[in-house]
Amino acid sequence: MRNIWTIAKREYDNYFNGPLAYVVAFAILLPLGIYFALIMWVSSQSAAMGGPAPQSAPINWLFVFLMIFLSPALTMRLLSDEARMGTLELLLTAPIRDFELVAGKWLGAFMLILSLAAMTLVFPIIMNNYVTPSIDWRVIISSYIGLILVCSALLGLGVGISAIFTNQFAAFFTTLGLFFFLWFMINLPAGYLKQGGDVFNYLSLSTHFSQSMNNGTINLGDIVYYISLTALGLFVGTTAIEIRRWR
Amino acid sequence: MIKVSGLTKDYGARRAISNLSFDAQQGEIVGFLGPNGAGKTTTLRILTGYMPPTDGEAIVAGYDVVEESLEVRKRVGYLPETVPLYTDMIVFDYLKFMGDLRKIPNVSNRVDEVLDMVGLSDRSDGYIGNLSKGMRQRVGLAQALLHRPEVLILDEPTIGLDPGQVVEVRELIREIGKERTVLLSTHLLNEAQNICDRLLIINQGKIVAEDTTANLQARLIGAERVIIRVRGEADELASTIQQVKGVQSVETKQDGAVEFEFSSGKDLRPEVAKKVISAGYDLLELRPLGMSLEEIFLELTGSDSKKK
Repeated sequence: MRNIWTIAKREYDNYFNGPLAYVVAFAILLPLGIYFALIMWVSSQSAAMGGPAPQSAPINWLFVFLMIFLSPALTMRLLSDEARMGTLELLLTAPIRDFELVAGKWLGAFMLILSLAAMTLVFPIIMNNYVTPSIDWRVIISSYIGLILVCSALLGLGVGISAIFTNQFAAFFTTLGLFFFLWFMINLPAGYLKQGGDVFNYLSLSTHFSQSMNNGTINLGDIVYYISLTALGLFVGTTAIEIRRWR
Repeated sequence: MIKVSGLTKDYGARRAISNLSFDAQQGEIVGFLGPNGAGKTTTLRILTGYMPPTDGEAIVAGYDVVEESLEVRKRVGYLPETVPLYTDMIVFDYLKFMGDLRKIPNVSNRVDEVLDMVGLSDRSDGYIGNLSKGMRQRVGLAQALLHRPEVLILDEPTIGLDPGQVVEVRELIREIGKERTVLLSTHLLNEAQNICDRLLIINQGKIVAEDTTANLQARLIGAERVIIRVRGEADELASTIQQVKGVQSVETKQDGAVEFEFSSGKDLRPEVAKKVISAGYDLLELRPLGMSLEEIFLELTGSDSKKK
């Protein structure tokens, strides 16, 4: 466990050594801020005519949607670059398990996203000041649990794919392609099938979040889905590293 | 400390090392000598737990490298050939990170200590990317020494260093080798002679000779070759030297120098010198020609490499 933390801490610090952490923060926080301002403006207009209170769930949805494109950039070099630079040889001859290495890499990226998610808490807090008696915090909490779970799955899969490649751009495009498929396309057959369409719906990255946790309903099935994907990603990563040893 | 038996590694269809067996005791510096592609790095990588062998067994510091890989890795310090480092990290942070992975108590103090050992104390807050090749090599060495390993495995430790640094690093290795086991690979014969107690000569994945450095030299250098040079014309020089008893195969070189050979044991140089001077020549140079690694390989590996 301590090894995972050691790896994660270095990776977290490393994001701030280069521009990547700032670029990703900018690419997430700027659109979110604009979106937030729009939501506040629209609801202030409609409030005069008795319109509904502003909702912060769409902001978290945008966060997750942007992560589809940004998280491959965060994970692409995590293990592929170690292999390319040869530093993997040092890590693989240090007394740490292959799983600890992969999990540490994932945790480092996950901590960066947790930091960004924590920054977005200002939006519901500001929103709360304009709503009486208050916004529904239970929905906010559910939405954030969902957001964290989706990001965990995205980063887990990304780390797993990064372990397969030596070239970070190969890892980037493979990861992006997979997320595109899982987010937009995998549930398409559900519309055409008379039976069994639910399976494809269940496999979709987006439904468990957009149609469930982001609206305040927490299902065990949704949680299991995202945790399974995270575990799958870490398993693929660990296996890829082990295969690298045998080659 | 290191015990290897029947070690074999295949990369696909290519056999990198085949049925290697050797051992190394505590307080011994063992050199792995061989040309590029002989299987040195492969063997070292197996011993460090980086990759498993196809067949055979290796025990390092009392643990099996496959079954108890983590225990082996705790006790081994390893300097890979390419000295992979995080170039965007600060020297001190990098060593601290590696020390944390090895769970060294009081890691910051230990890092300072090791940096002092390799003479990099004044560069500890600089970026690794800004260091010269020799300094990076020493950072790699510092990393290998951090946890006071029982076994130190160094892959070409002095490659790319300037002569002064080579001397320093060799001294450091010799110092460490007094108490610990050091296994190092090199393709430089004089390096092997200089620091190793024992040599394993490896070619095409097989050990072709194994002995103490002194024995190996004596065994390999059956005849000594000497080059001699005199001032002015030296047409008769070869036949003059030929007259000295015990001299074999005299050969006149294009530039007028003469090369001759005599069987080792009795040094014929004084006699040859006397003879040459008494024949009226001005002696300029009388220099023994060391046996190069290539020649040793020709000797050991037989005719197949002689075609070159």
